[in-house]
Amino acid sequence: MFKLLSRALSGCGVVVLTACTSAASYPLPNDSLYQALGGQAGINRVVEGLLYRIADDERIVHHFAHTDILRLQDKLQEQFCVEAGGPCEYTGDSMAEVHAGFAITESDFNALVEDLIAAMTAEGVPVSAQNRLLQRLVPMRGDIIYR
Amino acid sequence: MNRTVVAALLAVCSSGVAAAPGGRLLATGGASSIEGAAGGGIVPWAVMSGYAARDEWGGTAFATRVDTGDYQLYSYGAALSLGNRVEVSVARQSLDIAALAKAASLTEKTLNQDIYGLKLRLFGDLIYDRMPQVALGAQYKRQRNFLVPSQVGAARDSDTDYYLAASRLYVGAVGGYNLLLNGTLRYSRANETGLLGFGGDRRDSRSLLKEGTAAVLLNPQWVVGVEYREKPDNLSFAGESDWQDVFVGYFPNKQLALVAGWADLGEVATLEAQQGLYLSLQLSY
Repeated sequence: MFKLLSRALSGCGVVVLTACTSAASYPLPNDSLYQALGGQAGINRVVEGLLYRIADDERIVHHFAHTDILRLQDKLQEQFCVEAGGPCEYTGDSMAEVHAGFAITESDFNALVEDLIAAMTAEGVPVSAQNRLLQRLVPMRGDIIYR
Repeated sequence: MNRTVVAALLAVCSSGVAAAPGGRLLATGGASSIEGAAGGGIVPWAVMSGYAARDEWGGTAFATRVDTGDYQLYSYGAALSLGNRVEVSVARQSLDIAALAKAASLTEKTLNQDIYGLKLRLFGDLIYDRMPQVALGAQYKRQRNFLVPSQVGAARDSDTDYYLAASRLYVGAVGGYNLLLNGTLRYSRANETGLLGFGGDRRDSRSLLKEGTAAVLLNPQWVVGVEYREKPDNLSFAGESDWQDVFVGYFPNKQLALVAGWADLGEVATLEAQQGLYLSLQLSY
């Protein structure tokens, strides 16, 4: 087993790793992630849990002091639905537009990711489905931080 | 570096009075390798120790024990990271060689060395950027009791390892689970990481050595993985085997990490088939 292991690991060297890894988001081919999240009802519960966690998160709550929370809730529900391959349309502004001027840091972004993971875990979303949604949100980071 | 400093660091970390660790995601600072750099157990990764993001600082203190029956390796130390850009680390290693000393009538019962590490993130990010995180590192090592190494043919008692590491966390890559891949190229002539000195009667120049880690995160707290580390073969008195291990890591929060593994070190200084339990405790600040 170790022989095999050593060969496999020697192969996964620096060259492989430096290949481009994350491309821009593409539409999902089906709605399996949407279903895994519990459909729109499940997504709505996750978004609600996320918003409650943000409200209690002293690291980032100040960024939302002047935010229309009901509109944010509505747009997040749409966005998560679209990213999960669900039957929705995102009608909000671009990530770059809505985060402009907030000077959101790497740590702020990660704090929200942690809150989202906690919200999904609380709703019983399986780890694999959590990761598949996070995978969809990861490429947005460049449009969100330090704007 | 001395025990008092490490004890003080451990006390500060465990008391919880220190500021909360930084803003990077759980487990993204890795564990502490036996040479002090953030990484797996035996392989340094490109990640910076602890959880400091841009404009933050942080680090770790650790203690590790590997017991193969014939040998016991103890390693402890600390690391400090600045802005997710630079990591400095110190580690002290002690290898208990009582079994070998008895068999070969050696006067020394331990082999000791200190390791001072520097790691610079060149570009990329473990998770987010288009490029994986790539870092360049150096480890200055000083063997502290050189009598036995010199007797078995080691050429020098201090030297520097250089390494280039690339690390990437592929989100949801394996059946929805996160996959961590790390590849490290090390340029070194350290015998048994330096515990048996540097260079030797068979070869005294540095070798390019391949090291790697593959790990899967079962959830944000639990990770299982495998590691491999190629070793040089500079001394004629005994073979030096490549190392490998399988491990389980537990990151209950950003202050604490526990790693348990099974290490296969092969032949170490004439004693063959050295395998045993690897245990490591890491505190982050």
